[in-house]
Amino acid sequence: MSYYEQTGVLSLKDLVLPTNKQLEKGVAITECVQEIPCNPCVDSCPVHAITMKDINAPPVVDYEQCIACGKCVGVCPGLAIFVVRIKEEKSFISLPYEFLPIPKKGDVVDAVDRWGKKVDKGLVARVVQQGKTTVVTISVKKDLAMDVRNIHIEG
Amino acid sequence: MPLRIKQHPILDFSWDHRVSFTFNGKPLSGYTSDCIASALHANNVKIFSESVKFGSPRGFFCGIGKCSSCLMEVNGIPNVRTCIAPLTENVSVSIQDRVAGWPKKNTPDIPLSSSIDVDILIVGSGPAGMEAALQAASLGATVLLVDENQQVGGQLVKQTHKFFGSKHEKAGTRGIAIAQDLEQQLKNERFRDTITLLLDATVFGFYEGKTKDRYTFGITKREGYVSKLIEVTCRSVIFAVGAMENMLLFPGNDLPGVYGAGAVQTLMNVYGVKPGNKMLMVGAGNVGLIVSYQLLQAGIQVDRVVEAASHIGGYHVHAAKLRRCGVPIYTRHSIKEVFGKDSVEGAVIVRLDDHWQPIKDSEETIACDTVCLAVGLTPSTRLLEQMGVHMATIPEAGGYIALHDTSMQTTVPHVYVAGDSSGIEEASTAMIEGKIAGVSAARDLGFQKEKAEELRSEFASELKRLRAGPFGAKPRLAKQKIERLRGNI
Repeated sequence: MSYYEQTGVLSLKDLVLPTNKQLEKGVAITECVQEIPCNPCVDSCPVHAITMKDINAPPVVDYEQCIACGKCVGVCPGLAIFVVRIKEEKSFISLPYEFLPIPKKGDVVDAVDRWGKKVDKGLVARVVQQGKTTVVTISVKKDLAMDVRNIHIEG
Repeated sequence: MPLRIKQHPILDFSWDHRVSFTFNGKPLSGYTSDCIASALHANNVKIFSESVKFGSPRGFFCGIGKCSSCLMEVNGIPNVRTCIAPLTENVSVSIQDRVAGWPKKNTPDIPLSSSIDVDILIVGSGPAGMEAALQAASLGATVLLVDENQQVGGQLVKQTHKFFGSKHEKAGTRGIAIAQDLEQQLKNERFRDTITLLLDATVFGFYEGKTKDRYTFGITKREGYVSKLIEVTCRSVIFAVGAMENMLLFPGNDLPGVYGAGAVQTLMNVYGVKPGNKMLMVGAGNVGLIVSYQLLQAGIQVDRVVEAASHIGGYHVHAAKLRRCGVPIYTRHSIKEVFGKDSVEGAVIVRLDDHWQPIKDSEETIACDTVCLAVGLTPSTRLLEQMGVHMATIPEAGGYIALHDTSMQTTVPHVYVAGDSSGIEEASTAMIEGKIAGVSAARDLGFQKEKAEELRSEFASELKRLRAGPFGAKPRLAKQKIERLRGNI
């Protein structure tokens, strides 16, 4: 049994990690490792960078082809896709958000990891509405690119 | 703490139209969108009845019209199931005697019976029933679609999350939007002469027919809390009646505040009422995980999720959403007891060993006002049993179910089953099973036989594809067992 089946939290070894160069360009990371019958991410990708052997197979992202547009982030029913980009000394993370209040560009929010722990303050760089899912892009410390996966706003 | 949800990231509640009513003579108010039980709950009334033997307080439990916890006296009429009864102006609601008597006042004159004849009767308008109706009517059959609720959609109307699957199953669309879309299709002009909807009505029994090629059913249609009897004759019947919540045995499990997951979803996502302020979730299958997340979205604190198994049963992606919101999931933990005077004040959880036995001194007390049980569902099958369909207990299907073939036909000709009542699974597979039952029922009555069969086989391959992964192992095994048992008949 994998650790994530006991805890609900993935570790980096469960994921195919992009190279630093790919991270500088920006890539979508699908944190969807189980075989579940679901494929809207494949249909959402404008450059066909996300593929699946069959509908039950986990998605595979071609990091070279991915243009980091973030379309898949707001589409994924499991809210399991994140776009990560490293620029200068910051990591920009785009994540799906389905809570109120919806943050605005320039807001400072808590940046949270996969365990729900606050690990940094994030500066909201971009907010895009995809239906009722909000895709929020925040910038955090560079070395948190593969850690920050949620935001928290004191209500 | 106010119990109405004012703001929600997914749902828009309107709080414009107030309704006055009385509870045990005391004036209260709710909204036109309420059912009686939701309006009471929003007024912090949690005790709806008393148990027959010990007089213990009973409250909301299933919230989907299946159990008897919410039976109350309404306008002098006893045994009204208040979780599916609409709230109307000046209605008088009270806790009834433990053994309910006859109606206290004369009910107005209503016609004792009327009758309807139709090609296909479909019982239940959830995802399976709605799809079955659309398919059968598209092939030319006349359909009567009956449901106990005030609206069509079954459990879809409370699914605020986006569905999985492929675009054929409307993946990426929220359950609530799928329900609206299917409802619009059902009410489309093209089905004006073929689909009849009968809501707020219960199919309660199967009767010997007058003719050989017809089945006869008794239906009660409720009008202003009074029931009217309707006799329905049909050539074919599809049962898409869903399932009911499983109970767990522990002291205090009947205290108001211990709710099934369906009840919690109904209160918060249909009626905009907070089931409580601090919740303990029992069960980390998809239902437990999804409902926990929905609770957070409704502004309710989820203390933790406990799961007796050694691993999380639901999809990892659902568990991950909860974890990154800070909700812990305790595997190998179960609920030991719930305590409180008239409603839940707290719960005791306990760690389990690898043999599912409680570990001594591992108890922990949690302060919470609500406990949500998401420990599986049991298929509803009583009408099928009454019709003499061959039944069997198949654990992988969630319990006692009707044997059926690849057309969803049971062992009684022209009697079909679809959705959770044919084996517990997902809404996406229920929709496809509904389509299969709909086209098969039409085909077997002679409506566009070839086209119907072509569609059936197309839907069957879609279903096979969805069940091909590891999460489809249970339904695959269930269907194999059913096939084997059918061979023995």
